Amino acid sequence: MNGAQAIIRSLEREGVSHIFGYPGAAIAPFYDRLSDSNIRHILVRHEQHAGHAAGGYARIAGSPGVCAVTSGPGATNLLTALATAYMDSVPVVAITGQVDSGLLGRDVFQEADITGAAEPFTKYSYLVKEAKDLPRIVKEAFHIAATGRPGPVLIDVPFDIQMTEAKFDFPKDAVIRGYRPTIRGHAGQIKRVIRALEQSEYPLICAGGGVFAAKAQDTLREFAESINIPVVSTLMGIGAIPTSHPLYMGQVGMHGKSTANDAISEADILILIGARVSDRAVLLPDKVKRRTKIIHIDIDPAEIGKNLDTFLPVVGDAKTVMEQVLSHSPARKSDEWVEFLTEKKASRRIDLSDRVNGVNPKRFVNELSKALPDDFIYCADVGQNQLWSAGNIDIRTGGRFLTTGGMGTMGYAIAAAAGARIASREMSDGRFTVAVCGDGAFQMSMMELATVVQHGIDVKVVVMVNGKLGLVREIQTDSYGDRQTAVDLSGSPDPVAIARAYGIAGDTVDTWERARDGMQKLIERKGPYLLAVRVDEAESSL
Amino acid sequence: MKHTIAVLVENKAGVLSRISGLFARRGFNIDSLAVGPTEDPLISRITIIVDGDDYMAEQVTKQLNKLIDVLKVRNLAENEITRRELALVKVNVDESKRGEIVDIAKIMGCEIVDISHTTLMIEFDDRPERVDLLIDLLSKYSIAEMARTGTIALQKGQESV
Repeated sequence: MNGAQAIIRSLEREGVSHIFGYPGAAIAPFYDRLSDSNIRHILVRHEQHAGHAAGGYARIAGSPGVCAVTSGPGATNLLTALATAYMDSVPVVAITGQVDSGLLGRDVFQEADITGAAEPFTKYSYLVKEAKDLPRIVKEAFHIAATGRPGPVLIDVPFDIQMTEAKFDFPKDAVIRGYRPTIRGHAGQIKRVIRALEQSEYPLICAGGGVFAAKAQDTLREFAESINIPVVSTLMGIGAIPTSHPLYMGQVGMHGKSTANDAISEADILILIGARVSDRAVLLPDKVKRRTKIIHIDIDPAEIGKNLDTFLPVVGDAKTVMEQVLSHSPARKSDEWVEFLTEKKASRRIDLSDRVNGVNPKRFVNELSKALPDDFIYCADVGQNQLWSAGNIDIRTGGRFLTTGGMGTMGYAIAAAAGARIASREMSDGRFTVAVCGDGAFQMSMMELATVVQHGIDVKVVVMVNGKLGLVREIQTDSYGDRQTAVDLSGSPDPVAIARAYGIAGDTVDTWERARDGMQKLIERKGPYLLAVRVDEAESSL
Repeated sequence: MKHTIAVLVENKAGVLSRISGLFARRGFNIDSLAVGPTEDPLISRITIIVDGDDYMAEQVTKQLNKLIDVLKVRNLAENEITRRELALVKVNVDESKRGEIVDIAKIMGCEIVDISHTTLMIEFDDRPERVDLLIDLLSKYSIAEMARTGTIALQKGQESV
């Protein structure tokens, strides 16, 4: 069998059902053999979205998403999606075609040093030198992508290697001596956590995206409920426990709920679980440092102590470490601290008021999420729509909020939603999946409506239309004397007309009454649907 | 403060670029970097001297450890190691100065490995600060060209990375 077949056979062995991709000359042998396989190929309309779709797939499936593109521009177009997956710790395996190995370095047609270019954005990468190595490399790539702190792995395969005959020898296990992630927390550290918890009066949990990576949502809930510890989350951790849970105090950070930020500054112990406390997550690290002792539970030792001084580091898998702590049956804390925060939370309500112009987007997000089935998948793009979504979404048990918190890549939502929806279909009849974006991000991703139609992917799209790059406009208003520069989106097409051109039904709503009807139509509709929601350009993010 | 970090890595293509890329990306300042094979042909040893505070040294160690091709990382304490560096220095000489330079070489314990009508090449291996001293002494004359290997280090006694 040749190298191309060896890759496909290895992907089958890894249980891959879908590949998101875009073909080209340098990856033609791979595509030629792909038609012999049961693996379904989803043809996207831009390589970047192959990566986002694979990422969306991975976040719902809990196993790596796979994408394939050609050499040169195909591969460089994929870079942004790799960087997105890297920053958000999402397992993706990317296969890129490469020019003949004998021509490497000669700047031939469609040659790009993609392993070099992707180095800062991948957990690991391979430039394949021999066809016989392919099964081992694929095995290792999946192992590296999915274990430890998940992330993207790139396999760059020269054209001639895809064509070379070699023996297929698929290893049972990936043996990589320099890679052994720590799963169990150190027993001594666990005891110290118990002791610190015993002495604490105002403990607080900050949940990050690592809770999802460890599939630890249920354990987190049990952990918080049994010890009676309030929970805040980072942007990536939203939904780690239901937003309506009495112990949940909201999202922390620059764009977070002030109850959550208050909780952080009042807490005597802050337990970070799978959260890397980025610059956006912690408003005033100095304030936190002074008052609060930090217990940091993370599978990536390099994150501990990077952004905040840590009192007690625990390296390990979020789920395993929480279970270890729970096995010591830590005592339940009094209600006083929870009640204090609950009172604060109660004084801050979601803004449901009517708008003079257009629809109140915060109310829209809140009521839409409440009306959806509990196990919905909500993909928020980047910009004001992301903050309206993050701040006002209602998530019950089983619901997922997918967004790119680290990279903040515009144009993420539609492709990610397509991948997520496909993953959900493998596990059940499919979960209700909606992508919410602004009119800026929509125009970076609207070509993917064709992907959705071609492959019958039931994804709903909400476009918040305000004719501006709203978040940048807000920055200019607040910090640059409202001198609005290059944020006007005049000339943009009507999203509903665009949808119609792709054969997707849709509607525009500009009042609350119509928005409510539109929401109903969006929910009841079988198949893709686009709802354009008019929003006043002066609407604030928070 | 200078930290001596010993790194054992897989001996394969691309590893050095991953390591140097990491230093560039994260803004770590490398004073010197020396790479060579070990007794195991599949493993190379890299010795890195970085200048920075303890936070930086910890970050360097953790980020290096995160690289899949890195097998072991150890920040070596000054008092537990023997450090060496090799330098070749070519000095422009005329008859009147040759004697002085040969004296310096002798006192420092260097070897003169090449001589011509107008140059001397001096070989010196010693602790890095001794190499610095030699270069300082020679800088009074005219150094035509020089090459240093960068520091390598091993732990004393039975300890190993």
